[in-house]
Amino acid sequence: MTDKRIRYIEEGFFRVLMFFSTTGIVLTLLLILFSILMKGLPSLSWEMLSQTPKGGFYYGKEGGILNAIIGSLYLSLGSTILAFVIGLPVALFMNIHLIRYKRLVNAVRFFLDLLWGVPSIVYGAFGFSVMIYFGIKASLIAGIVTVTVFILPIMIRAIDEALKTVPRGLLESTLSLGATRSETSYRVYFRQSFSGIVTALLLSFGRAIGDAASVLFTTGYTDHIPTSLNQPTATLPLSIFFQLSSPIQEVQNRAYASAVVLTIIILIISLSVRYFEKRFHKHKIKF
Amino acid sequence: MDRPAKIVIKDLNLYFGKNHVLKNVNVQIPEHKITVILGPSGCGKTTLLKSLNRLIDLNPNVKVSGSILIDEEDVLHTRKDITQIRRKMGLLAQRPYPLPMNIFNNVAFGLRISGRRNQLMLKRRVQHYLEQANLWNEVKDRLKDSATSLSIGQQQRLCLARGLSVDPEIILADEPTSALDPLSSMAIEQKFVELKKNYTIVLVTHILQQAQRIADHVIFMYMGEVLEQGSADEVFNHPKHEITRNFIKGNFN
Amino acid sequence: MAGIQVTRKLRSKLHGSWMIISFVMVMLVPVFLSIGLYLKSRPLFVDQGIFEVLFSSSWKPMAGKFGLLPFIVSSLWVTLMSLIIAIPVCLLTAIHLTQYAKRWVLRIMHPVIDILAGIPSVIFGVWGILVIVPFVANKLGPLLGKQTSGFTIISGGLVLAVMIIPFILNILIEVFRGLPDELSEAALSLGASKWQSIKYVLMRKAFPGIVSAIGLGLSRAFGETIAVLMVVGNVTRIPTGFFQPGYPLPALIANNYGEMLSIPRYDAALMFAAFVLFVIVTLFNFLSRLAIANIEKHS
Repeated sequence: MTDKRIRYIEEGFFRVLMFFSTTGIVLTLLLILFSILMKGLPSLSWEMLSQTPKGGFYYGKEGGILNAIIGSLYLSLGSTILAFVIGLPVALFMNIHLIRYKRLVNAVRFFLDLLWGVPSIVYGAFGFSVMIYFGIKASLIAGIVTVTVFILPIMIRAIDEALKTVPRGLLESTLSLGATRSETSYRVYFRQSFSGIVTALLLSFGRAIGDAASVLFTTGYTDHIPTSLNQPTATLPLSIFFQLSSPIQEVQNRAYASAVVLTIIILIISLSVRYFEKRFHKHKIKF
Repeated sequence: MDRPAKIVIKDLNLYFGKNHVLKNVNVQIPEHKITVILGPSGCGKTTLLKSLNRLIDLNPNVKVSGSILIDEEDVLHTRKDITQIRRKMGLLAQRPYPLPMNIFNNVAFGLRISGRRNQLMLKRRVQHYLEQANLWNEVKDRLKDSATSLSIGQQQRLCLARGLSVDPEIILADEPTSALDPLSSMAIEQKFVELKKNYTIVLVTHILQQAQRIADHVIFMYMGEVLEQGSADEVFNHPKHEITRNFIKGNFN
Repeated sequence: MAGIQVTRKLRSKLHGSWMIISFVMVMLVPVFLSIGLYLKSRPLFVDQGIFEVLFSSSWKPMAGKFGLLPFIVSSLWVTLMSLIIAIPVCLLTAIHLTQYAKRWVLRIMHPVIDILAGIPSVIFGVWGILVIVPFVANKLGPLLGKQTSGFTIISGGLVLAVMIIPFILNILIEVFRGLPDELSEAALSLGASKWQSIKYVLMRKAFPGIVSAIGLGLSRAFGETIAVLMVVGNVTRIPTGFFQPGYPLPALIANNYGEMLSIPRYDAALMFAAFVLFVIVTLFNFLSRLAIANIEKHS
């Protein structure tokens, strides 16, 4: 065989592999979604969504996972808001006040990327030992704080990415009007990067609601909907995990149904992120 | 020069890191005139302009020495709040940078941050500034529209109105017509001629013809140094430097 | 008017203070993390050395023996397995998407990757139990002559591979996109075919980026907890084959936090495990990102 023919075959071979790997990824996603939905939907009922576990829930009797749904929402909303309150100023600080110190800002970004990589279980374990030291019991507030620390790097970097796109000329023009840097941050930068900031919020929320390792030790579990920050709180991921570990088939089926609920929440968030990236350009200046 | 100079720059030296960007700049900028800072690309004109309202503070690794006296107050070494100093000067940039708000709020922004809340007063003032920028008739029916709905020439006039809204005494313009079509450019140039009655205008450009059309006073820069300065007549008709002569003749690449 | 100026100044100062406080808080997080974990691990080393803990395979908490080797080795096996699958897939896909594929393919892949990246760990675990474990037990095992329950390293590796693929893929796409067009143009104009320019020129230039992507994928895989925990078997012994159960480090911590307080020095052991995890993950992250920063500096 000539050299050219060998090359031709080689290229063809790899192109086939490439095709398979690309479609393989798409098919895997579809497989995941499909299998979860197939297994979980039959066991999903209105009762599951609207009731907390009743007496024999863990033996297959009545009740639902409302405790976990509400618990997860409280936890994720709380931590997303807290992370936003801390993270937005930091991102603004990096992009406006520290704009002179390019090296420092890049070092901070590097540092945040490192923090992003820390596994959530490390935060959970650390949070737990802090709780023991101070005698705090497993509660909603402990979970919120732990998850906040976990999602902070994500929140800051995502907002930072949005703020990065604001052109320097806008900063100069605004400062030339005699605005303080803080006014520039909130009245101009925030509006200009609004859709990016919303995306950051959604992404962080998605990470917060789906993570189990950080809440495992810190938030506890309960059958009730929490009425105060000091109470242990059920979360969806743990609810799925615990139900799945049960030997009773009925309970396992409910685990799959709970998985469907979580999956649908995540899908809604993912699609919302895409939606926001496309729309919300009303006042955004395209430079 | 019979009038006292509005801006006096003495021995200004500016470094970006190791780059000596402005070398021993000594200039005087007269009041109520159009002073054009002229020169080939990269000679430091924009840097000089941006030193005036301390926008260069945003650059990493900046070192400055010398003094910039505006109304006899040194802008570089002042204890005053920098935002107050910046309000004395309005900036018109190379391309329009409208704020991400509607047309009305763009002009009202400067007023709002200085605390003016009275709706009626804001409306009147916004109209006044838009009229000054020759934009009022085109936008009076759509003040709530987003600034992005304007053409680029209109946006630049909007930025002019916005700049005027803080009642500056000096207008700094950094190649303000470079993104505009000839018609809009002419409009802006004409505006400057009208405005110089009440404002001191410092205009950076590398377009010779523009300078020749509207300059009263010229500062010619080359490679970070001021080679010549004087009235437009002096510099254009009797240039002292060879390089200036070449530039005016158009022998520059 | 002066009143307004004072308010503006005050607002600016308050905001400025809050920004600095938040900034400092964020910067201190890893400091507290490392110090805290280190301090909590100290009691463990009263009578055993650090090497003893890391390299001993004897894990008998009741007897005060806390050898972490089985767990570290399990983690390595599962991570290795996931990388073996994920790297070729991601390389092939990244090359396909950046060099060969048409627009519409990219438009579909974008949301696919994003959705895959957003799926929570526990859902992957559920899928693992639903699909992967039976597959390994009933199809893959018998095919290779192994009798297995399905809760094995290979299941963990498969699930983990799918989890890290979107992560590595995004990085590789960035790497390949960042290669200058002039490079392939130069190769093509010398008479090379498209595939040859990819194989001999682009891959070489992208090599540091690829290594970094692997490093980042490794650290991501190492730290993954719930999904792996659900399918990997959780049996404490050093695995000797892919079809054996394993017990990775994060799973150890997650499974035993309840017993932590009842047995002496158990909590120190688990905190130390968390510390080891933290150090390994951060080290790989650091080196990989440093390499990426270097690449960006030179381009």
